[in-house]
Formats: sequence, C-alpha cells, structure tokens
Amino acid sequence: MRKMAKTLGILEDKDRIFTNLYGFQDWGLEGAKQRGCWNATKDILSYGREWIITNVKNSGLRGRGGAGFSTGLKWSFMPKEVKERPHYLVVNADESEPGTCKDREIMRHDPHLLIEGCLIASFAMQAHACYIYLRGEYVFERERLEAAVKQAYEAGLIGKNNVHGWDFDVYVHHGAGAYICGEETALLESLEGKKGQPRLKPPFPAGAGLYGCPTTVNNVESIAVVGTILRRGAEWFAGFGAPNNTGTKLFCISGHVERPCNVEEAMSIPFRQLIEDHCGGIRGGWGNLKAVIPGGSSVPMIPAEQCENLPMDFDSLRALRSGLGTAAVIVMDKSTDLIRAIARLSYFYKHESCGQCTPCREGTGWMWRVMERMVKGDADPSEIDMLLEVTTQVEGHTICALGDAAAWPIQGLIRHFRHEIEDRITLYRSRKSNVAGHSIAAE
Amino acid sequence: MSVRRLAKEQPESFTFKPETLEKANWWIAKYPDNRRQSAVIPILWLVQKQEGWVSEPAISAIAKMLGMAQIRVYEVATFYTMFMLEPVGSAALIQVCGTTPCMLRGSDKLMEVCKSKIGAKDKLSADGKFTWQEVECLGACTNAPMAQINDYFYEDLTPENLAQIIDDFAAGKSPKVGPYNGRHTSEPIGGATTLLDPKLYDGSATKPIKIPNAPVPEANA
Repeated sequence: MRKMAKTLGILEDKDRIFTNLYGFQDWGLEGAKQRGCWNATKDILSYGREWIITNVKNSGLRGRGGAGFSTGLKWSFMPKEVKERPHYLVVNADESEPGTCKDREIMRHDPHLLIEGCLIASFAMQAHACYIYLRGEYVFERERLEAAVKQAYEAGLIGKNNVHGWDFDVYVHHGAGAYICGEETALLESLEGKKGQPRLKPPFPAGAGLYGCPTTVNNVESIAVVGTILRRGAEWFAGFGAPNNTGTKLFCISGHVERPCNVEEAMSIPFRQLIEDHCGGIRGGWGNLKAVIPGGSSVPMIPAEQCENLPMDFDSLRALRSGLGTAAVIVMDKSTDLIRAIARLSYFYKHESCGQCTPCREGTGWMWRVMERMVKGDADPSEIDMLLEVTTQVEGHTICALGDAAAWPIQGLIRHFRHEIEDRITLYRSRKSNVAGHSIAAE
Repeated sequence: MSVRRLAKEQPESFTFKPETLEKANWWIAKYPDNRRQSAVIPILWLVQKQEGWVSEPAISAIAKMLGMAQIRVYEVATFYTMFMLEPVGSAALIQVCGTTPCMLRGSDKLMEVCKSKIGAKDKLSADGKFTWQEVECLGACTNAPMAQINDYFYEDLTPENLAQIIDDFAAGKSPKVGPYNGRHTSEPIGGATTLLDPKLYDGSATKPIKIPNAPVPEANA
C-alpha cells in the first residue's frame, strides 16, 4: 500500500459504498455482510414503497448509465397498481460505452450490493422478477454474479418465501457483443430473443417494456448504491457533490495518466484533483494534457484549458457542451493524434450501428470514411464544414441516441481542434506536388 | 453495421451434447413459459462453446428447440458479433480491443504481435490453432491495452506479454488471466489510494442499525 502524506481525494473511506471495488476482500455473501450489505434490508422494505421512492428521490441520485435522469422519479413512473401484467425490473449491465468499466467491478467484487439493490428496487416497483442483462464479453463477471445470486437464494435472502417477505427472483441474462443493447429498448428486444434494435418511444418501458409488461431499466451502479443510500440516509448521499449533482460516483480513468484506475469519489470532484490524487497525474505532467473525453466516448471532448478548475459532474460538463455520461474519463496528452483518436471512435459507431435508421446506418459509415481521410489530411478544407453539417443531419434524426453519440465526438473535435485538421490538410497538400483541389467527400 | 454471413462450408448435421442440452434447459427455465425465445442468445453461446462456432445446422436445431422460425435465429446469429460464423483457432481465439482507450495505450503494437505470430486478422492460422480479431471496446479500459482470449480478459499487456501468452497457448498451457503489470485488478498500480481504512473490514458494519428517516409509527403520530 502506498504511504500517504495527506488524505487523497475528497471522499473518506468511511463514506465509500463500494468497499470491495478492487476485489481485495471476499466477494461472497459472508464478506459482503461484513461490509454492511444486507444489513437492515428487511427494515427498509417494511417502510413501504412510497418511503423508498421518496428517499431515493431525496438523495438526488441520478442514473449512472449516462443520461443522468433521477432514479427515484423513474421508479415513480411505474403503474401504481399491478394489473394483469406483471412488473419487471431490468438491470442494464451491458456496459459497453468506450472508456467505461465500473459496473464490471461491482459485479465481480461487490455483487451482493447489486442483488440487494435489485430486491429493494423491485419491491418499490412491485416487481417479483428482475433480469440482469450482462454484455456477452463479461464471462467472468457473469459466472461470479451467478454464484452470488445462488448464495442469496440459498441464504433465503431472495426467492420464494424469503426472509424479506417479498417473493423475488433474480435472473442473470447475457448478450453477445452489441453496443446498441445498452440502449434500454434494444436491450429489451435482445432479452426477448431478438436482434437488438431500439423501439420507438412511446410507449415507454414503464407502460410496455419486457414482454409488453411495465418495466424499469436501470444501470448497475444506480441499483447497487440504493441499499447503502437508504441505510445511511438520503441526506448523507445528498451531502456529496454540488446541488443537483449529488452523491458518490465511480470514475473510470483511462488513457494518458500515470496510473489508470477505477475509483469511487465524491461527485463534483475537480478534474485535476481526481487525476493527481488517484492517477498520479497526467503522463508527463499537468502541462502535457491536451484534451479529455470526460464521460465515455459519446460525449464531446474538452480541451486542456477548460480542465483546470472543472468540477466533474453532470451540470458543469453540460455547461461546457460535453457531459458526465458514465464518468469514463479518457485522458489524452500532447502526443495524441486527436483526429485519429476520434476517427477510431467513428469506426466504433459505424461498426455498432444497428442499421435500423438510415441517417445512422449510412451516416456513421460516411462520417468514418471522411474522418479517415482527415487523419491523413487527404481532404479539402471545405469538407470540415460539410462533415460538421452531416453530423447535424444524423443527430436527432434517429430512433435512439446512437446517431447523436456518433455525431458528438466529431463535433467536439471540430469545435476545439479545427486548426489541427486544417494543419493536417495543409501538410498533406504541401507534400503533394499537384493536388487538384476538391475531392469528393466519402466516395 | 457489420456484414456477417454464414460460412460457405457447412457440416451435414448438428447434435446437442447431453451437457449442452442440460444447460440449455437451465436457461429456458429462466423465462416465462411462453417466452422460450428469450433463451436464444445463451443457447447460441452454448452451441459455440460445444462446437467452437455456429453452423447452419446448429441454427436449425436451436430454432426447433425454441419453437422459432429458423430465420429468426439466423438473424440473431448474424446480428451479434460474438457469434463466430466459421471455425476458429483450436488453441485460442484472441480478440484484441482496438477502440480509442486501448489505442491510446498501445493496442496497435499488440495487433502487430498477432499479425506476425498468427497471420492475417479474422483468418484461421495455417496450423489451425489460432484466430485473432480486432474487436470493439471490451469494457476494461483502465487496464488497457487488453485482449479477450477465449473467455477471459488479459489486461495491461505489453507486446512481450502477449507474445508469451500466444506461445503458452500454442504449447497447450493456460496462461493466467487478469493484469500483467503486477496490479491486482483496476486499482492504481503501486497500491490503492482508497479503501485503506481497516474499520471498513472489522465487522462493525454488521451491527444492528437504525435506518435514518424511518417513518414514525402511526400510533405515536
């Protein structure tokens, strides 16, 4: 363990929810109980559904899957009475947003926090069954989670006639390599045994979701924090972070830092403190920072000069026309070819488009091909604006947000580093003795 | 989108092994009785475990098992990119993550190793032992660069590590999974900066607690 001269970060250990984040402790039921999981869960349920939803609302918890919508409010959209169709909770564990690797740690190291959260959330929404949908690549995580679910059944914590008095089944399900299944309605399609193509909304899942039944889809982290929030109190959770951006949050820091890592911190921690306290700083020092993608690949990058006093939360990043997303912080130092970094993301979105909507199916491929030419500089300067225009044609014109997600990284690049693209084009042309001017975009 | 087609050469038939069948039934039992189709992805996965890849006769057999039109299984098998539609290496299927977070940490060099030791990507090696692919973000970005080999993640790789891992698989060994730079999982290398307070683990969290904001019983209200 590292010797520390001062306390690092903002959050103190006593206020961390994921106390086995790195798997140094026992992931199993006994270990989880030692760390406070499953403590007083029955009391929590005994206070009733309204109490749970009100307290989750009061905690200020915003969905941890990227969109940042109030979790308690989302739960309140479920029908108040169960009619002929059963209610379902579906947990989105299809963690696929590039840069993001936090739910993985919850499932393999703190799986009981997730299972307990599933019980509480399902009770609050009157669901007797919950499906946890893992991405197919998470084989180890699925095996671990299945083992933890088995423990919970054997201990009578879940299942029929369990100690909590709410019949409740948890089923682990998995996908097979499709980013789009992280979109909630595509996930439901996939869970029904179809290809994962998003549904038109309305109807929203709370009205007609899994098998046409009222369903709420929540991210793993959103569900796994609920037990601790209710045990410690909504005010405790709301005490961290800026107003409207409350709580603790798992950050995944990758890219050009000295020590990439996952860490749970207080929401709104300044970017620089997050990086310097937990990641050993930017590779080559703070001055070597070039740009950051602060919330997973879908959010626009921000340049180094905006990072100095930047609180890492939903509203602060939104104000910079970016977003907190999944809090997957991708750091890029001055050695980075930003055009190539974004072109690779364009390839990702082209690869992952489900093909249902034309603007996305055609647009992602078009944008990628133009980006590849921009990497070389083999383009006309006027094509930068054409590319920007096409991103706005894709954005907002598709059923789901994958089209937007493909557009935003390119918009972020052009917004802040247009000069680099122009320089690349100039350099490319200066090396050609005879460039015949305008080439046709995306042949 | 990625264009995916079934292999030109297909086996004559497909039969579920008893253990595959047993697991398939375990999956089917997870869903409501009239929703057997929900098990199609897990069962395609089991078939791939059994055969190494997904063939057309297997698709027909799954359709029959789940009461689905064959085309519905076909479209699932071709939509999801983890299903291998032709035979892959018998020793290892190596899937190197090439998306930006891994790219920033040197995934290009890992792919060069694969190319020089195995051959062209997406092609079965000459000796039939290996297939390697470049895949999209595998969700272990703080441990970049990394690769999924068969079922598990090999993380924090250098070209030298990966070359050794490939040699080990070729020799019939099972190299260890997880990070290759000495750390445990995704803590900062050199030691965690958090979760160091021994009080977190002394059992004090098991003591009976009073839930804050508990409603006041109506009798006292």
